Amino acid sequence: MIKRKTIQKSLTLVVLIGGALIASVPLYWLVRSSLMTLGEIFIFPPLLWPKIMRWSNYYDAVTVVNFLLYFKNTMTIMIPVLFGTLLTSSMVGYGFARMRFPLKRFWFTLILSSLMLPYAVSMLPTFLLWARLGAINTFYPLTVPIWFGGGAFNIFLLRQFFLTIPRELEDAAIIDGASHFQIFARIMTPLIKPALIVVGLFTFLNVWNDFLNPLIYLNEEKKYTLALGLMQFQGTYSTDWSLLMAGATIVVIPPVIVFIFGQKYFIEGVTMTGLKV
Amino acid sequence: MTALPADKPTKRFFPTYSLRRREAIAGYFFVAPGILGFLIWVFGPMVATLLLSFTDWPIIGQAKWVGLDNYVRLFTVDPFFYKSLRATLYFAFGSVFLRIVYTFLVAMLLNQDVRGKAFFRTVYYLPSIVPVVASSMIWMWLYHPDFGLFNAILKGMGLPPSRWIHGTQSVIPSIILMDLWAASSTILIFLAGLQGVPRQLLEAVEIDGGNWWNKLTAVTLPHMTPFIFFNMVLGFVSAFQIFTQSFIMTNGGPNDGSLFFVLLIYREAFGNNRMGLACAIAWILFLLIALVTFLVFKTSRSWVFYYGDEE
Repeated sequence: MIKRKTIQKSLTLVVLIGGALIASVPLYWLVRSSLMTLGEIFIFPPLLWPKIMRWSNYYDAVTVVNFLLYFKNTMTIMIPVLFGTLLTSSMVGYGFARMRFPLKRFWFTLILSSLMLPYAVSMLPTFLLWARLGAINTFYPLTVPIWFGGGAFNIFLLRQFFLTIPRELEDAAIIDGASHFQIFARIMTPLIKPALIVVGLFTFLNVWNDFLNPLIYLNEEKKYTLALGLMQFQGTYSTDWSLLMAGATIVVIPPVIVFIFGQKYFIEGVTMTGLKV
Repeated sequence: MTALPADKPTKRFFPTYSLRRREAIAGYFFVAPGILGFLIWVFGPMVATLLLSFTDWPIIGQAKWVGLDNYVRLFTVDPFFYKSLRATLYFAFGSVFLRIVYTFLVAMLLNQDVRGKAFFRTVYYLPSIVPVVASSMIWMWLYHPDFGLFNAILKGMGLPPSRWIHGTQSVIPSIILMDLWAASSTILIFLAGLQGVPRQLLEAVEIDGGNWWNKLTAVTLPHMTPFIFFNMVLGFVSAFQIFTQSFIMTNGGPNDGSLFFVLLIYREAFGNNRMGLACAIAWILFLLIALVTFLVFKTSRSWVFYYGDEE
């Protein structure tokens, strides 16, 4: 019996290691290709690792296209989006979790249902609205809508967290004469700090990875975000795979770092929303 | 002093009455951004898309009401619509089912008592946070017909090379494979669900002489059906909206084999300036997602089990 258990365990481990190796291949191939000369990259059968690591590819990648500018643009979008999401999604999440008001269920269900609506069905009129406001090639279309609750997912996530806080805390504060806003800002929000970190991390990834919105709204190269800027390698330097891979590596690194440091929160966030629908 | 007793009841009565009202007002103040956001950025545009889908509007100039013309055109003469429908359905069904099988298997393995669980979890989860633009470029390179890794492996094993994303037959399976690699966030949800499978039930099966297969089919799977259901619904919603992968890797090709709905919408709206037609496609996409979600919900009664009564 014990023997069978050990065999089963080692078998599991072998499969897990094999799977992990396969899952890491694309990222390994990315880094490997980013350090090669063009000569090396077009050798067949391919080399597993460059003879000399060509770090200068990274320097070339950030100078050949306007990488720093794209980074600045991405951050110019990131900061107001982070603020807007954290502030408004926690307000709305709090309202739906703790306050009593008429039609609460109705509005909450409606907002939650938008999780299942395809973005494409609201994308075009929204674009036309921004076009009429003369806001194409500005960052407003990418930042302003976020200030309206920060998206159904975040509202839902924060509501779930607010629901876990015992009611007595609020009752005590009400008896002490605190206003609803004071309760929200001074008592409740500090208690859900981990959840706010989750929202912040997800928001960071969303902005960093967003492609369709910048593609629609930012047509001038000067306004490109990193995700859009990466396409520049494809257009202008379609054959220069090592530079493209170096550029892609630079874009991949920040989310990876953010993930590794915030892993605990990610897992909490994913399981919290996945479990309690 | 004499005025106080007369004042007291009104003061007591009034606050208790207005407390609820004040809470309702404050409540609306708190949720107002969410409600307004839904109306301005979701519901309003949705209705506008529907209205625009009955018009012919080349963006410049006036929109002309054409009734159902756009829909008729799509279903009868449009050269791209059915190709797009096929590509989208093929991808959505393929990726959603394989995703569930793959992530469920990995979650089952990770749920065993193995060493380095946290490490494995990180390794499997990592691909899902890679920006899609970057992963599309990585996979484009892996799929390169002449210098890509995959064809090198095939050749090394003595197999004929594939055209991968450049072949009409292989393009969708290739994008599904790439999507599987990045689908790992589902693993975490399954893992959380597996931790809730009651141990005593698994042990009971063991005592009765059942093997791992009996445990899986009699206990684990039924317990996991709500999670499978949840992932299936959200999986379909997102799979139907695939865009970036084909925009970057294939531009809808070869031979429109990966011309997904959102890419077709993007093209008609921003490439061909046919707003009305693009809006009609968007609404068909919406109805398609609604239909599939409805069917999943409908069938869920026969295969999703809830343990709510036990707790």
